[in-house]
Amino acid sequence: MTQSHRTTEPEHRKPTTATAMRLIVPLQGVVQGRGGLILGSLIPCALFYFLQFYLKRHRSPNPPSPSASSSNLAGLPRTSSRSTLSSRGSLGPVRISARGSSIAKPDDSPYYIGWNKFRDDPYDKINNPNGIIQLGLAENTLCLDLIEKWVSENLSDSIMGRDGDDLSISGITTYQPFDGMMELKVAMAGFMSQVLGQAVSFDPSQIVLTAGATPAVEILCFCLADHGNALLVPSPYYPGFDRDIRFRTGVELIPVHCRSTDNFAFSITALDQAFNQARKRGVKVRGILICNPANPVGNIIPRETLYELLDFAREKNIHVISDEIYGGSIFGNEEFVSMAEILEAEEVDKDRVHIIYGLSKDLSLPGFRTGVIYSYNESVLAAAKKLTRFCSISAPTQRLLISMLSDTKFIQEYLETNKRRIKKLYDSFVAGLKQLGIRCSESSAGLYCWADMSGLIPSYSEKGELELWDKLLNIAKINVTPGSACHCIEPGWFRCCFTSLTHEDIPLVIERIQKVAETCK
Amino acid sequence: MAIEIEQPSVSVGLSKVAVSETHGEDSPYFAGWKAYDENPYEESTNPSGVIQMGLAENQVSFDLLEEYLEQQPEASTWGKGAPGFRENALFQDYHGLKSFRQAMASFMEQIRGGRAKFDLNRIVVTAGATAANELLTFILADPGDALLVPTPYYPGFDRDLRWRTGIKIVPIHCDSSNNFQITPQALEAAYKEAESKDVRVRGVLITNPSNPLGATIQRSVLEELLDFATRKNIHLVSDEIYSGSAFSSSEFVSIAEILEARQYKDSERVHIVYSLSKDLGLPGFRVGTIYSYNDKVVTTARRMSSFTLISSQTQYLLASMLSNKKFTENYIKTNRERLQKRYQMIIEGLRSAGIECLKGNAGLFCWMNLSPLLEEQTREGELALWDSMLHEVKLNISPGSSCHCSEPGWFRVCFANMSEQTLEVALKRIHNFMQKRERRRN
Repeated sequence: MTQSHRTTEPEHRKPTTATAMRLIVPLQGVVQGRGGLILGSLIPCALFYFLQFYLKRHRSPNPPSPSASSSNLAGLPRTSSRSTLSSRGSLGPVRISARGSSIAKPDDSPYYIGWNKFRDDPYDKINNPNGIIQLGLAENTLCLDLIEKWVSENLSDSIMGRDGDDLSISGITTYQPFDGMMELKVAMAGFMSQVLGQAVSFDPSQIVLTAGATPAVEILCFCLADHGNALLVPSPYYPGFDRDIRFRTGVELIPVHCRSTDNFAFSITALDQAFNQARKRGVKVRGILICNPANPVGNIIPRETLYELLDFAREKNIHVISDEIYGGSIFGNEEFVSMAEILEAEEVDKDRVHIIYGLSKDLSLPGFRTGVIYSYNESVLAAAKKLTRFCSISAPTQRLLISMLSDTKFIQEYLETNKRRIKKLYDSFVAGLKQLGIRCSESSAGLYCWADMSGLIPSYSEKGELELWDKLLNIAKINVTPGSACHCIEPGWFRCCFTSLTHEDIPLVIERIQKVAETCK
Repeated sequence: MAIEIEQPSVSVGLSKVAVSETHGEDSPYFAGWKAYDENPYEESTNPSGVIQMGLAENQVSFDLLEEYLEQQPEASTWGKGAPGFRENALFQDYHGLKSFRQAMASFMEQIRGGRAKFDLNRIVVTAGATAANELLTFILADPGDALLVPTPYYPGFDRDLRWRTGIKIVPIHCDSSNNFQITPQALEAAYKEAESKDVRVRGVLITNPSNPLGATIQRSVLEELLDFATRKNIHLVSDEIYSGSAFSSSEFVSIAEILEARQYKDSERVHIVYSLSKDLGLPGFRVGTIYSYNDKVVTTARRMSSFTLISSQTQYLLASMLSNKKFTENYIKTNRERLQKRYQMIIEGLRSAGIECLKGNAGLFCWMNLSPLLEEQTREGELALWDSMLHEVKLNISPGSSCHCSEPGWFRVCFANMSEQTLEVALKRIHNFMQKRERRRN
């Protein structure tokens, strides 16, 4: 059961009072044939009512100016075509585009609702001890002390550089190549080598730098697929993809469900099925998007599977996008193999493979906005380079990173310490959950664990899962990400990010979960 | 170990966006840049190289920036054990740093001489005005819709507004008979043209001060534009990226002032784009903003800005710089004076060579009239002249046709991206070129 049906249900214009419930008319035929009337319509219907009820009960205080009314605008039918929009020169407020309207809608995914709640009531050990603890954002603060130390030791002068260097600010104020300074590409290539596989060397000329991995993914999608095409994505997957890819490119994401019995590893058979089903619907699949290490599960794709994936992509003549953003956050013993390593051995057919990377996770620098597209396809590189004009990395930040990433000794120490600290916290957190009877999937990487709380949900369904999520958020006051937000087909799984916690926080978190767990038995 | 694999007869395909020519990088505007890159002028090492007069970059007040950064080191780093570092490293909130937005709002107010107020909660941060314009276009228009843009306009718009968004640009034709000002007739004509093609107009996008004209838009024209947008119930985007480069503060009227005078009636259709790339000479920092009077646009733009956020380090640095009133006041004033001086220098230099320009009062360039020199009054004639300027005179200037100017023979000439000495060299070359032509004619 996925939430994909949600985007195709039209709404009737509702009364303008903010507390009115929405009437929905589920389109049975549109739901993907999964489960027919009961599962296909009634449960999503009930779910939607439930969510509306939840929102009505827990509506957070309106934000300050600008006025809050905009967030509740009824908006246009989601599948509006130009002919249904009110015509030129008419009365009423000036309209924004249909794609703008769909983005303006209030967040209905638990992924974002949880974030918003957290923002209004964030836990602080001293100032707000009863606040919400954030376990829904994959952020790593475990080694910031190392970075802080490096910065204070190496950048005690201004970003212009040390005295005696011939760096002046003209090196950072003037227009730079939009796809990044060559020095940073070189430093990044070296860094990626250290992180993703000492055996592989990355070519700086195949690197395109972007302001974060978010625009990197979007740019790739703009280059590889047209509006209305699709990408296959093994699920559960990172909830952000739904926005990052669907917002503006018009590319559809087709989840390819993985099961706990396989530890959520994907199979080529499932990919093949999904590909054929899409074709029957008249949808052209342009590629497969994998995350390796995976998010939210944290498993690593084995070497053989990567080979099989490439064979499959060749057979269908489609692209492979490998998002390796957690490549430096591996704490387990499994061997991580980057797509780059596979391709170094292969002599042919690299044109279809593209790697995404970034510094937000492995180097804990999401604020600096640094993402990478690494492609073997000259045409993709050429197009992507031109598109970086919309998302270039700020020059002073590039300078800082050139320095930092070139300090290979520091990087080595950082990566090793990072892994150790993540593992320690992971072990502690997973053990704590185990005491409550909550098992986590086998994972060796990432900033989160994938916990099976199906024993605590009132009914083995998405509805049950969301009820538990709601309790965890509002009673236990922890923000975790429910599997349904990640398109997980098995209810009851939750992603818990733990790398912004300290060891002292863990017993508190476990205690809070315990309180809710007890009421669920 | 070589693995023999039969190659598919069709290579893996790319999208229409990837193969489209809408990036426009095959136009003369960019061809000139290539010529410059291959043979750049350098005072001592390559004095006969191509002088870049096609890049609107502001280096006249560079020393003021350098001085500031040298004297305020804590602004550009986090100092010793500063509490800011950790928060900054993690800060990826698409709302943007509050102190940065506050500083930006007050900077924008200063530029307008306090004649307009800006609310920090209406500011959306983007990595440059290029991103801001594209983002706004995604929000205001659907694929196939149109924006009306007065000609001549910045060549980059063809790419920034159309490439990924799928929208069309319908030109509002302006000509030299009235100094290229936008007239109500021209507005109506453009709107009708779109209608006749069954294309839906979603808004008007103006650049004020204008690029490439180098002139501010008059108050009466702004009033007309707002009335027109209101009548047609469409949006009005005002790209005010050169607002701080108006030679005198009083000659620039922002759309924000018009709205304030009208007590913000009908303001929800107005959106302002700004950036620090031109006024502050910081294009490398990638700092742009959208200021919208429309709540829904602010919300949507904010969410969409996750594709184009400004590095938190940069936001922090600029929050400090732009809230330093002493620095900003001095910078704005000095920058205006120096730009005016440069402008005078180039105008006089061109005039003594027998070349007239449009009367300008802003920006980093002048709009030069070379139509008397054209062999034929056509686009081809203009491009032929442009070619000689590039290859004989070794100056890269921007032909009006790349700006969609309806009259051939006009050229945009940038003067702020070089030293005074280099400008002298450029003017001398033009002088010689004109003299040679005179001799050839006689």
